[in-house]
Amino acid sequence: MTKNPAAPPIRVLIAKPGLDGHDRGAKVVARALRDAGMEVIYAGLRQTPEEIVRAAVEEDVDLVGLSILSGAHMELIPRVVRQLKSQKAGRIPVFAGGIIPDEDAKRLRKLGVRAIYGPGTSLEEIVRSVRAIVGRSS
Amino acid sequence: MSRADSTATTARAIRRRELRTLAQSISRIEQDDPTFAPVERSLYGGTGRATVVGITGPLGVGKSSLVSRLIAHLRAIHRSVAVVAVDPSSPFSGGSVLGDRIRMERGDRDAGVFIRSMASRGYSGGIALATRRTVRLLDAAGFDVVLVETVGSGQVDVDIRDVASTSVVVLIPHLGDEVQTLKAGLFEIADVFCVNKSDLPGADQARRDLVELVAFGTPRDGWRPLVTATSTTLPAGIEELWNSIERHERFLDEKELRGPLRRRQALQEILDLMKRRVEQDLLPRAQSDPEVRGLLDRVVGGTLDPPSAARRLLKGPARPRSKTT
Repeated sequence: MTKNPAAPPIRVLIAKPGLDGHDRGAKVVARALRDAGMEVIYAGLRQTPEEIVRAAVEEDVDLVGLSILSGAHMELIPRVVRQLKSQKAGRIPVFAGGIIPDEDAKRLRKLGVRAIYGPGTSLEEIVRSVRAIVGRSS
Repeated sequence: MSRADSTATTARAIRRRELRTLAQSISRIEQDDPTFAPVERSLYGGTGRATVVGITGPLGVGKSSLVSRLIAHLRAIHRSVAVVAVDPSSPFSGGSVLGDRIRMERGDRDAGVFIRSMASRGYSGGIALATRRTVRLLDAAGFDVVLVETVGSGQVDVDIRDVASTSVVVLIPHLGDEVQTLKAGLFEIADVFCVNKSDLPGADQARRDLVELVAFGTPRDGWRPLVTATSTTLPAGIEELWNSIERHERFLDEKELRGPLRRRQALQEILDLMKRRVEQDLLPRAQSDPEVRGLLDRVVGGTLDPPSAARRLLKGPARPRSKTT
């Protein structure tokens, strides 16, 4: 086991806000993070930003990953970021995956989204980057 | 702020059910953070009020969906409810996918509901080591009901009975013939049986098998387990299930069984904590302590058998033991 009692496992919430039903990517990422020793709370499809933020707080996660393929990312991701802040949970970093054009990715980063993974990002890269964001490995 | 102040502040925030403090406190319990111990101590006196219900049963019988329906029912009858949903950690990576929550989000969430997913973190028996202490925290936070959903259980994952005052064993049709119900383990811990997915064919037969099992069994402390049937898709039977749980709770009070139950659970918890201490003490000493290493050498070399080595270690070292934690 890679478990180190001094460093608790990284806890990640993986959720899909909005209405698109394509959750394959989110599941593949969840599985990869699990295999990297993380505790993944899989919240699944069709979550509202409110539900996602509530889950992030209750589960005391180290970060939130959002998967969006519907094109509504500029609407939904900022809402999650804003709501986290308003729930005094703005310290929880957010990353996103999906089909997100570069121009939008830039704007999302400005809003505080820590990483954006497009199609073709390797799972190793995602694991590495998640660990770097949290600042510890598990 | 002095330490005593911060203990009092945290304890107060928990009693007020302040969401973030509650959530972070559970993480501190999971990490076995020693600085949280004073908070737990100060809250302990205010615990023992919540009805703690265990929901257990094999993988895929619909425990999470059932919990979701129970949440809705409990809110409808104005009870607040907290859920601890345990899923297994990987024995390989230590990681976990906690997927119970996905079935519990139904948009009927309010301040009277709190859901926490918990990885078993190497602890077997169907719950996590932190589960009991987390349940106590939620009890101190004033939730009327705490539902504990276990890992999809095998036949011997019966630790839930050390946490819950009522254990519900959830089954589905066609899990096996009635010989299965005679076996030791899971079937013995049920205070209430629940045949879920009762909209499927075979549900009546499964229910009859259980009724028969219960009728011919010897009641434990005078209680014959109740048999209920539910469907979470229709939904159906949820109120009956809750009423059965309450009947068992009333039975515990009427027969004055709650005291002995708490006593047994307290003893078990102390025992588990002591086991953990022994383990935490012994494992590093297998490397660092010449006495332990010497004993191990002799066991491996065939001059000392393991029971004798264990007896010597339990008697303690010849020299005074260095103080641990």
